[in-house]
Amino acid sequence: MTKNTAWTKKDLLGLKELTREELELLLNTAESFKEVISREVKKVPTLRGKTVVNLFYEPSTRTRVSFEIAAKRLSADVINIATESSSVRKGETLIDTGKNIEALKVDIIVMRHNCSGAALMLAKNLRASVINAGDGWHEHPTQALLDMFTLKERLGRIEGLKVSIVGDIAHSRVARSNIWGLTKLGAQVTICAPALLIPPGIEKTGVRVTSDIDEALADADAVNVLRMQFERDAENAFPRQLEYFKNFGITTERLKGAKKNILVMHPGPINRGIEISSEVADGSNSVILEQVTNGIAVRMSCLFLVSGANENIKKVGRLTSLPVNRLKRP
Amino acid sequence: MSMKEKAHIMDKNGMQRTLARMAHEILEKNKGTRDLVIVGVRTRGAHLAERLAQTIEKIDGHKPPVGILDITLYRDDLSSIAQQPVVHKTEIDFDIQDKKVILVDDVLYTGRTVRAALDEIIDFGRPQFIQLAVFIDRGHRELPIRADYVGKNIPTSPKETVEVRLEESEGKDEVVVLESND
Amino acid sequence: MRILIKNGRVIDPANKIDAVLDILVEDGRISKVARDIKSDPCDLIDAKDRIVMPGLVDMHVHLREPGREDKETVASGTRAALHGGVTSVLAMPNTTPAMDSAENIRLLRDIIKKTACCHVFIAGAITRGREGRELADLASMKKEGIVAITDDGSSPDAEDVILDAMTRAGKENIPVICHSEDKAYVNQGVMNLGFISTQLGLRGISNESEYKRVARDIQVAQKTGAAVHIAHISCRESVELVAAAKSKGLRVSAEATPHHFTLCDEELAGYDTNLKMNPPLRSRDDVAAIIRGLADGTIDAIASDHAPHTENEKEIEFDRAEFGVIGLETELAVSITELVEKNILSWSELAKRLAYNPARILGIKKGTLSVGSDADIIIVDSTREWKVAQETFVSKSKNSAFLGRTLRGVVEYTICCGKVAYRR
Repeated sequence: MTKNTAWTKKDLLGLKELTREELELLLNTAESFKEVISREVKKVPTLRGKTVVNLFYEPSTRTRVSFEIAAKRLSADVINIATESSSVRKGETLIDTGKNIEALKVDIIVMRHNCSGAALMLAKNLRASVINAGDGWHEHPTQALLDMFTLKERLGRIEGLKVSIVGDIAHSRVARSNIWGLTKLGAQVTICAPALLIPPGIEKTGVRVTSDIDEALADADAVNVLRMQFERDAENAFPRQLEYFKNFGITTERLKGAKKNILVMHPGPINRGIEISSEVADGSNSVILEQVTNGIAVRMSCLFLVSGANENIKKVGRLTSLPVNRLKRP
Repeated sequence: MSMKEKAHIMDKNGMQRTLARMAHEILEKNKGTRDLVIVGVRTRGAHLAERLAQTIEKIDGHKPPVGILDITLYRDDLSSIAQQPVVHKTEIDFDIQDKKVILVDDVLYTGRTVRAALDEIIDFGRPQFIQLAVFIDRGHRELPIRADYVGKNIPTSPKETVEVRLEESEGKDEVVVLESND
Repeated sequence: MRILIKNGRVIDPANKIDAVLDILVEDGRISKVARDIKSDPCDLIDAKDRIVMPGLVDMHVHLREPGREDKETVASGTRAALHGGVTSVLAMPNTTPAMDSAENIRLLRDIIKKTACCHVFIAGAITRGREGRELADLASMKKEGIVAITDDGSSPDAEDVILDAMTRAGKENIPVICHSEDKAYVNQGVMNLGFISTQLGLRGISNESEYKRVARDIQVAQKTGAAVHIAHISCRESVELVAAAKSKGLRVSAEATPHHFTLCDEELAGYDTNLKMNPPLRSRDDVAAIIRGLADGTIDAIASDHAPHTENEKEIEFDRAEFGVIGLETELAVSITELVEKNILSWSELAKRLAYNPARILGIKKGTLSVGSDADIIIVDSTREWKVAQETFVSKSKNSAFLGRTLRGVVEYTICCGKVAYRR
């Protein structure tokens, strides 16, 4: 770990823009928070007096609760705003909503939004820190960080690991963030999906692409099984859930062709019998519940680092993200 | 801010003698090692805690458990984290409930680090009491905190810094006073 | 009233002129183009070291009036045109109401008569309400003076409709401007389909959506003999189709916008909604193909596809923002910076793309400096650099894809109908 890396970004928007050192810092800091949350008193006073708003434009219980617990473990005050966002434009714009929340003297906005790029847009327009809790199909950085944290905790490293990601890659922000993060830390990533769910050019990220699930599992140290969201586009692409399960579902039978200790991960909530069998989800290879626990440590790490950076930015009086929408990011 | 060395206060032998004296004082005041635990503040306080525990073992034949505190999360200035961003684990693998805790740090100055450390220890349980052992006390307290065991008092000006260098972290045992150039 | 323009480098592809000459303007017309003209002019303009060329003819402009006067009006749009060196625009018919009947065209003509600051030509709709079903009455619209028909913004999907439309347009000798887009391939896309859309997690629009429709439109043109103009061509395959059609001698022409020959989809990394337009910014490879098409003459015209939108429609999530960018005030400078400075087009070729060819395609007497023609002339400082900023625009809307960029070429005078209509 590079000693001199300091976190200087007021926001956490995605893993694509982070350096290897920044990723390592996030993960190492999370390790310390993992110790904190295993204490008798699971709370530290670090963010006392800070206010975190969970602004969720998409229904999500687990990510929101995980962020809420993380913020509370750091002694921040947490307010949840759940907005059913309709596809038609009506009412307040996102920037206006953000500015109103900021006017309430909020320090960090954790946002989930159904439009890709929404987190960046909010971050560019606010002085408050923005943590992306998932934007459209674009990125879900904290999910990928907790996946990587779990890998590192279980297998001791990420460099050189073979990780397969199986499922609807085209519409998955979890897949994208994992690809950026894992490849940056030196893992060999394979993505596996029906041809229609592989987005164009994805091989340029350095991943191996296959539609053969057995090939994807054969030498993998871990498999990250994505939730199949048949209610979205996937409906047209791959009509029958059963057929998907038959061809891509992770089952005990299928794992016979994989390494004995392969880790089975899933961002949740799982669809038993669609992308994963109950036997595997509850079996000895599964680290699905550990991922949930690790999510708190990782999110504490993110909240902590962006707060520290923003505090420092306020002191120095300069922003790393430009406050005006129309200025392009370098 | 560049610093220059102003005075050499202690060498390796002097430091060993001072640690031995502090170990004796701790044993004397607490009548042995019963219920005694030692907790050092990262990074140098943790090294000194380990040395004190070893010295106590030489004298008493019994080594008290040693823990390490990382007080970053208990600091009262969040922006200082940007300069010192790496949070390490706190490692206290024993129960501190009803224990006699000796809190160890290298230099006692404003008292803010000790305040943070006290808060953190108390989150781990309710000790019988906490005593404070510092290798150097350089004055200028900003909080009502005093040490129970002091290696050496060094009156300083706020422009000066006292550095306790240790073999474990700096490769050499010595105590020096530094002065800023401006 | 006389204006004498002295010592400018006169570019007039219609008469194959590229030389330092004087131009005398009298009574709204060009009366003389020669060396050392002596006259007692009312106005003398020293054009030494300046480019003097025909006022631009922009054959793809959304003036938004009637219906969306908050975005642009005939008055504001034509003022913007003059600022950009454009003296003739073709107004697209996707207004509210659409320009799909003689009555609506009379309404627009009335507005133009009262408020326009430059020449405004009108394109009528192909189908009623631009819905792609029932043909609009071409003959009566032609009587009201339309110079082209288009359903710009959409394309009639039904082949019998476009076949009928082109047959009639051929008979009336009115060009058909094709917004060649097959929505079936668009799939709710908001940007070019490719590795960049994959990275950004945005829905992509494939090249097929354009070139399959270009292929159809060319095919129908061949069947009917109509003059067909492919608007805002954006991808390599379309350029190839147009080149093939031309080599077969078909009456096919094409235009490209400055943003499509300058910017590629990689620019979208910051989700800048001012880079969201339809057709979308394509790949690097496509941009190179457009530039080749401009260089070899496959692409006849440069047009802005000036599409003003309010801040409220742009400063929102990328998925929800409107498609389109303004372009009247930057098209000349972008073309100079990207094409002339980079030796892709000569000044004469540039004047062809920006003035002479669009006028020829539309069959209007514009785009030349011939003696006797309307005095629509611009004088350009081709070396001066400027930075595009919101406050540099005259247009009501500021949604430019070139904000923040440094461009070369500043319009110093725009003379329209023999009068100095804009002066820097």
